[in-house]
Amino acid sequence: MASTAKNRFSQDEKRRDSDHVSFLKHRGFRWLWIALALSGVSIAGYVLIDQQPRPNGGSWYGYTLGTIGLLLIIWLSLLGVRKRRINPGAWSLKAWTSAHVYLGLSLVVVGTLHTGFQIGWNVHTLAYVLMLLVIATGIYGVIVYATLPASLSANRKEMTRAQMLEALTAIDRQLESAAQPLGRAEADWVIAALAQDTFHGGAWGRLTGSYPHCATRRALRGMPQGAAEERVIALLEKRTQQLAQIRGALRIRALLEVWLFIHIPLTIALIAALTAHVISVFYYW
Amino acid sequence: MAGVFAVAIIGSGPAGLSAAARAAALGLSHILLEKTDHLSDTIYKYQKGKHVMATPSNLVLRSDVDFEAGKREVILGKWDEQIAGAHVNVKYHAEAKAIRGTGDPIPGSVQQIVTRARDGTKSVKEIQRHAPPYAIELTNGEVVMAENVILAIGTQGNPNRMRCPGADLPHVQYQLDDPAEYVDEHIVIVGTGDAGIENARGLAEDPAQRNTVSILNRGTDFPTAKAANVSALMADHEAGKLMVRTESETHSIEPGFITLTTRDGELRIPCDRIIARIGSAPPRAFVEECGIEFSSEDRSAFPTLSPVFETTAPGIFVIGALAGYPLIKHCMNQGHDVIEFINGNTELKPADEPIIAAKFAGLPGNRSTEEWLEFLRTNVSILNGMNPLQMREFMLDSTARAFAPGEVIFERNAPGSSLFGIASGSVAVEVNPADPSVTIAIEAGSIFGEVGLISGRRRGATVRAAEDTIVVEISRLAALKLQSQVPAAKKAIERISIERQLLQMFGSGLRREDVAPLVDAAKVEEKRAGEVVVTEGADDKDVFIIRRGSMIVEKQIGDRPVFLSYLPAGSYFGEMAVIDGSARTATVKAAIKSEVIRLPGEGFLELLAKNPALRERAMKDMAGRRATNAFIEGQKDSFSSAVDMYSQTAQFLVDNGIGEATDVLLIDEKLCIGCDNCEKACADSHDGLTRLDREAGKTYAHLHVPTSCRHCEHPHCMADCPPNAIKRGPDGEVFIDETCIGCGNCQRNCPYGVIRMDAKPPKKPSLLQWMLFGSGPGPGEAPYSWRKKKAEAEGAPKAKLAIKCDMCSGIDGGPACVRACPTGAAIRVAPDKFLTFTKLTEDAE
Ligand SMILES: Cc1cc2nc3c(=O)[nH]c(=O)nc-3n(C[C@H](O)[C@H](O)[C@H](O)COP(=O)(O)OP(=O)(O)OC[C@H]3O[C@@H](n4cnc5c(N)ncnc54)[C@H](O)[C@@H]3O)c2cc1C
Ligand code: HEM
Ligand code: SF4
Ligand code: SF4
Repeated sequence: MASTAKNRFSQDEKRRDSDHVSFLKHRGFRWLWIALALSGVSIAGYVLIDQQPRPNGGSWYGYTLGTIGLLLIIWLSLLGVRKRRINPGAWSLKAWTSAHVYLGLSLVVVGTLHTGFQIGWNVHTLAYVLMLLVIATGIYGVIVYATLPASLSANRKEMTRAQMLEALTAIDRQLESAAQPLGRAEADWVIAALAQDTFHGGAWGRLTGSYPHCATRRALRGMPQGAAEERVIALLEKRTQQLAQIRGALRIRALLEVWLFIHIPLTIALIAALTAHVISVFYYW
Repeated sequence: MAGVFAVAIIGSGPAGLSAAARAAALGLSHILLEKTDHLSDTIYKYQKGKHVMATPSNLVLRSDVDFEAGKREVILGKWDEQIAGAHVNVKYHAEAKAIRGTGDPIPGSVQQIVTRARDGTKSVKEIQRHAPPYAIELTNGEVVMAENVILAIGTQGNPNRMRCPGADLPHVQYQLDDPAEYVDEHIVIVGTGDAGIENARGLAEDPAQRNTVSILNRGTDFPTAKAANVSALMADHEAGKLMVRTESETHSIEPGFITLTTRDGELRIPCDRIIARIGSAPPRAFVEECGIEFSSEDRSAFPTLSPVFETTAPGIFVIGALAGYPLIKHCMNQGHDVIEFINGNTELKPADEPIIAAKFAGLPGNRSTEEWLEFLRTNVSILNGMNPLQMREFMLDSTARAFAPGEVIFERNAPGSSLFGIASGSVAVEVNPADPSVTIAIEAGSIFGEVGLISGRRRGATVRAAEDTIVVEISRLAALKLQSQVPAAKKAIERISIERQLLQMFGSGLRREDVAPLVDAAKVEEKRAGEVVVTEGADDKDVFIIRRGSMIVEKQIGDRPVFLSYLPAGSYFGEMAVIDGSARTATVKAAIKSEVIRLPGEGFLELLAKNPALRERAMKDMAGRRATNAFIEGQKDSFSSAVDMYSQTAQFLVDNGIGEATDVLLIDEKLCIGCDNCEKACADSHDGLTRLDREAGKTYAHLHVPTSCRHCEHPHCMADCPPNAIKRGPDGEVFIDETCIGCGNCQRNCPYGVIRMDAKPPKKPSLLQWMLFGSGPGPGEAPYSWRKKKAEAEGAPKAKLAIKCDMCSGIDGGPACVRACPTGAAIRVAPDKFLTFTKLTEDAE
């Protein structure tokens, strides 16, 4: 119907016009530049400001850097909430991720300068090391985000996960009837292949894509040539390919996700260590 | 034969049974004829347990039979009870085959029936109408006599029958109610439309039923079925669940066997049951044979009716879905009213009177509803040909509004597919976006807004009232009905739209007189998807305007056609050859089903010759197009692979419905990490159900078109929605409002399979509760099992309604899917902006 009321047209039009680029390139690397500026200023300050008695977290400059770092870490952690809470607000997760990555990296500079290169066996250094570990896993994350999606897509060949499993079930049904005329030993191989859990192999298999105990491949190796076996062999080959696709998908997804299982718990540990660090600093003041 | 009844009612749907109940209450001698062995077959065939809705809620029910929203079983049970209680004279297994007047011939009353053969030739058959009483002939040979006949047979029609030898054997059936009913059978499905495919898959679904199912396809592809259905069928075929027999037709049928004609000769296979799903014939032919005229030859036309539902055959009345009222409440009210009319009640006001009265409530002028309807009908020229009943129906889907001088009626770039008629006053169209003072006046009686109606695109100009003005805003649906009911209105709209399109396109300085000769010579032509309009190298000299749909321009470079550009509705093409007299430099073909206006080249040249400003503009446009083409051709030499990529990606997108989209979600699979955050955000923004399936859908060169609404220019889903619940919103989104009755028509009509039918799930615990205590299923759509358990605990099941993307209308930041993607993989685009070389070859990473 006719619309005279305000609508979202200009906003929508901006979205339809906007560049189609990844979070890394977002807005012409805006957050990279901001992070570089932050790091540059921090280094310049460190070099130029005469910190007494020596550069460390206790000088006024050290406090400044510490506060910036703390605020940054809190903000970086909030990505976990932001990601799961889409409304309200006109924000985009891509912009947040972009800022997260670059500002997170700048913490290497800010955090390190904050320590004033005073490392020891204490809660302060623990927090610092945890931060570096979180950042390191984050870097791994960015690398896989940038490199793996294309292979995930290529492996998928327009099939959904459910379709891949359905295709496997369909092959299995055919195998079951094709295996009827086989001898006892051969039939047992097929039965073993069908009985094996597609997801056997545990976390290691999932990450590496190596399944040395694959019963389907064993059945294929053991199957003698023969009239009855011919169709079974063809089906087993089909099954191997289907398994390879499913395992490929699992592997790539696992590689894309595994680091979050370190990134997030370490974030929690980091926040705990930071709390201890801050409290102890104020306590011993 | 038991004498002559006062009324015979044919069809016991809500319309027919309500009429019969009224007749029984008034003590009129009557008979209700029903072809099946139960009442109300259409509703009987709904899915088991379907929640039937009673819309529109503001319409009062006027019937001797009760009806309120509820389960199909409950409603049918109550009807059975009340029809029996009211002593309605029902005759089952009584299918009417023909109705003839047995009185004298009515002078001058001749029914013309036009039939159109496949090859486009027409033949006309004439039938002399005879006065009542009518003889109703049943398929079993019986004859029922009645003074008045009420046709309430709905629009289902009869399934097309098989015609090979043996087609009348009892194991040939035309419907499948419950696929789980059949076990251990050899079943052959004939017909590869959606219905046939769904039946075949249903029968083969559960291997425990041990059915051997095959489906026959006359050719090798499936032109009438949805792509999603076809791929699922082929997957079942590959998996050995069922067999698709291509290039096969039935030759003959005998008990236990069927013989097929295949490419390799005849083949006789075991067969215990044949299910033929070869479409159904609408009841129109039968109705016309009774002497009842339809308002036009249009397939969607309804019978021409008087205000008391009487057809052109005196004494025969049409009500219900067949009369164009598909909602149960309307049907029942009409059943009541028509009997009152037949019984001589002339005072009765239609039940929708308060609804229509409310539409005129705010207008100045103090007219009664009747006077308002008459005022609109006589003042707006395209409405002149309507009768009072049509005007009422028309008004249900339209609104009348008054505007003060200077008030905006609609704005440039607002979406809108409605048409406006000026009943009094006049409006000013701001043709120049840069200078609002340049306006064109449109006077009372005329229409505006037709471009939105025809092209489905946004409004091209702001329109304001020039004085105190009363307009009637005709919804898209009402406008389509109007055009099929009143052929003259269709012509008038067409002419005005061509004229306006020319004026708008070529802009400043042109007057109506300037374009009049071109308008006279213009021809509207329909083009199938893929049909070539202009062929590269040819030397024809016409100019075309895209009136609806869109075109793609391609050029043969080397050995392949290369995609040059995409032309949306409202653009023109073919001018180059006319202006410089050269041969066609590129091929233009329809991206989707489209309509073009063909203008003779000389006329176009004359227009240019008279208007130097226009000529200059045309030359500029042409130079711009030349430059684009030259650029792509130039790239082809140096960056051949980039051009191929662009060309093929563009073609892929067009093949996947982007050509008719207004705003569509795409996923760059070079960036997508498969986190499904887009789906989760969708679900969390919309009652907990996602409206997009990220993984499903086609992919080309890492560009993926997920299963999600394209917000089509001319939405297929709107075609057949009984409560007219599908609308276009203020941001161009196609959405379904709360009046949806869950009939599933839109789901069947959407070619992209993006509509799902589901019940609104119960509320989830909050995000905080989930994060801290792990309560509830967490972000995103809750698993089916969780929803089911929780819903059962909450009691009363909710109706399954149609749900689809609404482009996050009303949500501040716009579409959540795009906003929730962490990597920038998910983008929403419009075809005219996205199908360009720069966009398609952009390096996103
Ligand atoms: C899946 C689905 C869901 C729907 N849900 C709703 C809803 O929730 N709410 C709502 O308001 N509307 C709904 N509708 C629309 C509504 O059901 C129909 O528009 C309505 O039933 C039409 O009523 P009718 O009396 O005109 O014709 P019908 O209900 O179609 O009845 C026609 C009757 O005539 C009989 N008949 C046909 N030809 C002959 C003949 N030659 N001789 C004798 N008898 C004949 C048929 O067997 C049938 O019983 C739905 C429609 C569908 C398809
Ligand atoms: C101390 C610094 C950091 C903290 C506290 C932190 C914390 C977090 C948290 C809480 C999340 C949300 C994970 C989830 O809920 O799924 C996250 C995600 C992520 N982080 Fe960090 N991070 C830090 C530094 C970095 C750095 C330096 C990088 C990159 C170089 C990085 C890259 C990412 C990425 C890519 C994601 C995933 C985004 C997504 O998939 O939605 N992080 N981080
Ligand atoms: S949110 Fe983006 S990255 Fe995640 S699945 Fe959707 S498109 Fe892919
Ligand atoms: S639901 Fe289907 S037909 Fe309707 S607008 Fe969306 S894509 Fe088009």
